[in-house]
Amino acid sequence: MKVQQLSVFLENRSGRLTEVTETLGHACINITAQCVADSSDYGVLRMVVSDPVQAAALLRARGLSVTLTDVVCIETPNVPGALHKALEQLSTAGVSVDYMYAFANGQTALVLIRTSDITRTVNVLLAGGQKLVGPRDLGMSYAGAFDPSE
Amino acid sequence: MIWNSSQESMSRDELAACQSRRLRELVQRVYHGVAFYRDKMQRLGMMPEDIRTVEDLPSLPFTTKSDLRDNYPFGLFGVPLDQIVRLHASSGTTGRPTVVGYTRRDIGVWSEVIARSLASTGTTPTDLIQVAYGYGLFTGGLGLHYGAEKLGCAVIPISGGNSKRQVQIMRDFGTTVLACTPSYALHLAEAIADEHIDRSDLKLRVGVFGAEPWTDGMRREIEQRLGLTAMDIYGLSEVMGPGVACECSARCGLHVQEDHFFPEIVDPESLKTQDPAIRGELVFTTLTKEGLPLLRYRTRDLTTLDASACACGRTTVRMAKCLARSDDMLIIRGVNVFPSQIEAVLMGLAGVAPHYVIEVDREHNLDVLSLLVEVDERLFADTMGQLESWTASVRRQIESALGVSIRVRLVEPKTIARSEGKAKRVIDRRNIQ
Repeated sequence: MKVQQLSVFLENRSGRLTEVTETLGHACINITAQCVADSSDYGVLRMVVSDPVQAAALLRARGLSVTLTDVVCIETPNVPGALHKALEQLSTAGVSVDYMYAFANGQTALVLIRTSDITRTVNVLLAGGQKLVGPRDLGMSYAGAFDPSE
Repeated sequence: MIWNSSQESMSRDELAACQSRRLRELVQRVYHGVAFYRDKMQRLGMMPEDIRTVEDLPSLPFTTKSDLRDNYPFGLFGVPLDQIVRLHASSGTTGRPTVVGYTRRDIGVWSEVIARSLASTGTTPTDLIQVAYGYGLFTGGLGLHYGAEKLGCAVIPISGGNSKRQVQIMRDFGTTVLACTPSYALHLAEAIADEHIDRSDLKLRVGVFGAEPWTDGMRREIEQRLGLTAMDIYGLSEVMGPGVACECSARCGLHVQEDHFFPEIVDPESLKTQDPAIRGELVFTTLTKEGLPLLRYRTRDLTTLDASACACGRTTVRMAKCLARSDDMLIIRGVNVFPSQIEAVLMGLAGVAPHYVIEVDREHNLDVLSLLVEVDERLFADTMGQLESWTASVRRQIESALGVSIRVRLVEPKTIARSEGKAKRVIDRRNIQ
């Protein structure tokens, strides 16, 4: 139930984001989720893409610094209090959230979270009755996408 | 006014005789008192008696900053510690400070050469001097202080910083002589404008500026904005501190106090003595120092020497304004900085030094030091918190090692220019050459 997220280090100047989107688009790699954490000089671009391993290789070939991180994707109903319920389970279990990004659309919302302990996060959320979305359901179609423990 | 005309206006022959006599005494002193020099001379098969005149100096070995570092802290002192009355320190190449020590007589000589220097700038005992060089381990503040007191000026020991207060005091006390780094002088000019102080409210007449290289262009700007005569003073802690040389009213070079500090010009590559009219590396032998006596100390400053007659009446040799060095040392707001110190911090934090470049700019007349580090995958962490804390750690360690503030900026891989040979580690965008 872990999802591999791609992070890219980018300087805060024009043309950096489009270099990434051009590379991925050209290679027919689809972006499912994306966010940019910014500071004045640089930012970290985080993405869930259809083929993170291939994407990492292509971006590295373009000279970019790239890393792959395990995150978790929770699907909650799109109603007030749904996010709070999930976060409270983590907080009670002593798991700290490093960052998250989410988008609600229609009946459901998808929340991507990186925490201090991903394995424990998966266990705590499943035990709490949360629905976790795996790589396959996020449109990720590469060899490592199928976690045998699913 | 010449402070000490018997020493500053001797004939060249009398001066050479004085220097040779002092050199003989010096060589005896270091041979018997400093193991480092005794070993060196013995390995060369030399006895102190072999040195009769200053012409024999080239047969003696050089001394370098790394010799001082290797003998940190007091290994090169010429007297036992109980005869030392003052210690100062400046930064060294790998984070170890260069320590200098002074006996009571050394402090007396230092005050004397500063008094001579101030007098040659046109400063007199009736002046009010604002010493805005840093007081502390740095030799600038206390050096000017003791010499100005000896001359008889009213000394304001204000040290650096707090520009608003500096200019208020300048106006309220009626400062007539300003002593600080040239870039700080320009910074004070801005503070004067910020405080809405009119030039006519100030009584500035003379500026005594040094501790960093500055061009004639900067001189004109300082004079125009502060309404004073801007004079160049030179020195280095290892040789004494400020006051080793200073400009006179003729303004064609800085008179070297050569009855105390014997200058030579050598080729920076071969280290052979050369015609002093050709620019080369300045080397000093401290003829009268007791605490830290040095033979042929390589300053790494590049200059020329001119012994022709000077309109001011002083016969001491004049060195040209120093604008270049033969090593990679930078002077940032008066502080010596070696790129290797920065590299050592990066290596300590990252295991291997990442690609980096040091940029030096001048903003609002103050030197600004920036370090750009390429974030390769060894350094890249996924959270902003980790990147920020690494950056903060680099900044803290560099500031602690160097004693100057630095901005650290993370950049993408391959954005720093690569070179075929030795990496160009420093981009100095200040126009000081």
